[in-house]
Amino acid sequence: MMQQYQPATSHAPLLEVDNLVVEYPVGARTVHAVSGVSLQIARGETLGLVGESGCGKSTLGRAVLQLRRPTSGKVLFDGQDLTAMQGDTLRLMRRRVQLIFQDPIASLNPRRRIGDIVAEPLMIAGVKDPAKRKQLVDEVLAAVGLDPALVVGRLPHEFSGGQCQRICIARALVLNPEFIICDEPVSALDVSIRAQILNLLEEMKSRFGLTLLFIAHDLAVVKAVSDRVAVMYLGRLCEVGPSEQLFAKPAHPYTALLIEAIPVPDPDVRPTETVRVGEPPSPIAPPSGCRFRTRCPRADARCSAEMPELRVVAPGQLVACHHPLI
Amino acid sequence: MLSVENVAVELPTPRGNLRAVDHVNLTVGAGRTLGVVGESGCGKTMLSRAILQLLPKKAKLSGRVMFDGQDLLQLSPEKLRKLRGRSLAVVFQDPMTSLNPVLTIGTQLIETLQEHLELDQATATKRSVELLAAVGIPAPEQRLTQYPHQLSGGMRQRVAIAIALSCEPKLLIADEPTTALDVTIQAQILDLLAREQRRRHMAMILITHDLGVVAGRTDEVAVMYAGRVVERAPTPALFKKMRMPYTEALLAALPRIDAAPHTPLPAISGRPPDPTRPLKGCSFSPRCRYAVARCHAEKPDLAEAETPAHQYACFHPIENHAGAAA
Amino acid sequence: MATLELTIEEDVSALPARRGRRLGLLFWFAIGWMTLMFAVAIFAHVLPLPSPTDMDMLERRAPFSMEHWLGTDGLGRDELARLIYGARISLVVGICAPIIGLTIGGALGMLAGYFRGRFESLVVGSMDVLLAFPPLILALAVTAYLGQSIFNLTCILGVLGIPAFMRVARASTLTLARREFVIAAQALGATHARILLRELLPNVLLPLLAFFLLGVAVTIVVEGALSFLGLGVPPPISSWGSMIGEGRESLEVAPRLAFLPAIAMFLTVLSFNLVGDTLRAITDPRQGAL
Repeated sequence: MMQQYQPATSHAPLLEVDNLVVEYPVGARTVHAVSGVSLQIARGETLGLVGESGCGKSTLGRAVLQLRRPTSGKVLFDGQDLTAMQGDTLRLMRRRVQLIFQDPIASLNPRRRIGDIVAEPLMIAGVKDPAKRKQLVDEVLAAVGLDPALVVGRLPHEFSGGQCQRICIARALVLNPEFIICDEPVSALDVSIRAQILNLLEEMKSRFGLTLLFIAHDLAVVKAVSDRVAVMYLGRLCEVGPSEQLFAKPAHPYTALLIEAIPVPDPDVRPTETVRVGEPPSPIAPPSGCRFRTRCPRADARCSAEMPELRVVAPGQLVACHHPLI
Repeated sequence: MLSVENVAVELPTPRGNLRAVDHVNLTVGAGRTLGVVGESGCGKTMLSRAILQLLPKKAKLSGRVMFDGQDLLQLSPEKLRKLRGRSLAVVFQDPMTSLNPVLTIGTQLIETLQEHLELDQATATKRSVELLAAVGIPAPEQRLTQYPHQLSGGMRQRVAIAIALSCEPKLLIADEPTTALDVTIQAQILDLLAREQRRRHMAMILITHDLGVVAGRTDEVAVMYAGRVVERAPTPALFKKMRMPYTEALLAALPRIDAAPHTPLPAISGRPPDPTRPLKGCSFSPRCRYAVARCHAEKPDLAEAETPAHQYACFHPIENHAGAAA
Repeated sequence: MATLELTIEEDVSALPARRGRRLGLLFWFAIGWMTLMFAVAIFAHVLPLPSPTDMDMLERRAPFSMEHWLGTDGLGRDELARLIYGARISLVVGICAPIIGLTIGGALGMLAGYFRGRFESLVVGSMDVLLAFPPLILALAVTAYLGQSIFNLTCILGVLGIPAFMRVARASTLTLARREFVIAAQALGATHARILLRELLPNVLLPLLAFFLLGVAVTIVVEGALSFLGLGVPPPISSWGSMIGEGRESLEVAPRLAFLPAIAMFLTVLSFNLVGDTLRAITDPRQGAL
């Protein structure tokens, strides 16, 4: 298993997101889904991206793949700018980056057989030989823990959510990609199945040498698989850091709030009723300055006037806050 | 306050009869909170529907549901309707579907109050504002004129709780009240439910799939698997000394925030049994790590452990090493 | 690897018994009637039938007999032969016209629902114009200028069906195009053509086919109405509609002349509707999953 954490500076990162902005119109108004996010993900690393729903984390994931075109900013994959690519070049590039979705059943075409679904990426990639395709499909299905002989001829609705997610993972892996964006891959699954899928993702990562962007709203899940974690709030990054460090010593008040809100399965830990005030404001009209200030216990005049930039507070840990906790 | 005696629910399906709830016994006293924990399809929602007498028409229900000294199964539909909403209230998982999308929040609240408490318009409006303020909704007067879709998920759930609490119910059933919400909002809603429950001294049934949610917020926990209660105990006792392997496995499968990243999770292999094909033995035996021949052949009864309050259905309960296997 | 053991064997036995679902006696009656209609229509000229256009002025409105099983009409033509040859026309028009609607309307609808934007507005707008045009006036105008023929009739009915098929196709494409499997295909680098044909078409086709059967039923009725008004097939060719029209004149003397084709049309239309509904219900893949 890939355990070592590689600092993003050691070599050129596999994925570099530079000042990415995604805005789209809703009626007459504009949703500021992602407002100037910069990230680096090193080869072989898992970056966890957490935030509440509507914070723009899924939009960011799709903007990386150019499924939603960014308003401005750059997405460098292996040194090449995806935002500048069009048509066939982009389609070829997408084969090196794959996506796994939250709802495994909805992400499989209900009228196609599993064998065809998993072979589809190969068809698109131009693997003409049916025997070769069959072999690759069988291999990848076996790798995700499904018996190819029993699975290929069936339709998606014959499988449970957990099995469908395995099929989705198989489809993502069949082209041997370098990078996988997992968009809430386990939040639609039951607790007992969730652990199976998380373990499978970890195993596939080390086996195929993958780099992962793991998007989720559940910090405990993110921590279980990530080397580094980025916390997003209302379109901006609040904090980025190595996972252990970030959870042990959160620097941003929002990270602290998220950690505190996780239900602990221990009756002796009485849930504390403290600062859990309010809900995120609308991304149509985000607050000025620091976007978290409306819910932040430490906010003052400076927070509304001045937007905090990401700065280093500890080795590898960056925070965008005027009044960090460390 | 409520006692569920030997309740069983069977649903006819094209694949045969589905035993959704299999002879369940539960009690909740006034001012107490019972947590019902289980994965999707374990029958916990059907159980709550059985208590409310809101089962699908085809469903066959047997047993007794005693509420406040009356058997709900014997009540006339008219009496039952009066009871529901008045002394028996429910909060559902998805507030978007449980609130009427074409009526304002005010209308829905005021109508409930007028119908059950026979208040006049002015008093009902005043009560509605008080209720909305009590569940933590800012600017309650303005909210009365808004429609459900104009509120966020957390706010909608607060409104649903306000409606449920409006007639001072004696029993509140919260069916996965926070599953559709973010962690921070989940904590707020759970705090709100706990606070109101204490303040009104009502009985509450909290249905969830997350052991972490019930840990700090319930007096007693019933763990359900494949339609049966497999372990039942006062919350502190359960977490200190779980006897049923399923409960243990469920807890172990939760990613823990204090564990190091990339720790493989002890997942439960396989998946829950098909409820239309009853197993001869213990329904958890195919997935249980301790299962022996007897477990596959014979169904264990829910029996008392060292204390009368702690019951479990297992031939080989975990001895003194709770958590050790995890 | 401990997490990867999956008990698929157990699931195999737990497969939903979808194939063996009871279709009901009514469905088989409908299928039987449709098969009979198709068979007699196709083999009409092989069957030992008198010519449907030979008049026998001595045997006008003859009752049922061994020679004329269903009697003769007002001009002494064999009623059974006319019914069967009429079935030919009714079925040909009833099937070909909706095929025109299905292909053109279906394709337009899918493209509109998938690409959205200006193309969609254009398609939806022009369909609205077509829908707003009174169909009878169109039929009158076309037959007046281009003449009465089966081909013209089929084309008119086909064009009139396009907007409805377009709407069905566009509605299902709109919901499907937002589903994650379509986004997944885009993420895989699939071309638009591939997404439309491989991912969307199989899903849009079934609602379209169910609607097609409904379209057949409606077209048979409309063709009947047009022929009844004298705008359909040119005499002496028979179609059920024109037979009802001709039978109207002798409604008091021999009501069967109007009722026999009406019954044939009623049963056929009912069969198409029944089969369409049943097929839609059993081919919905989500039905089997509980």
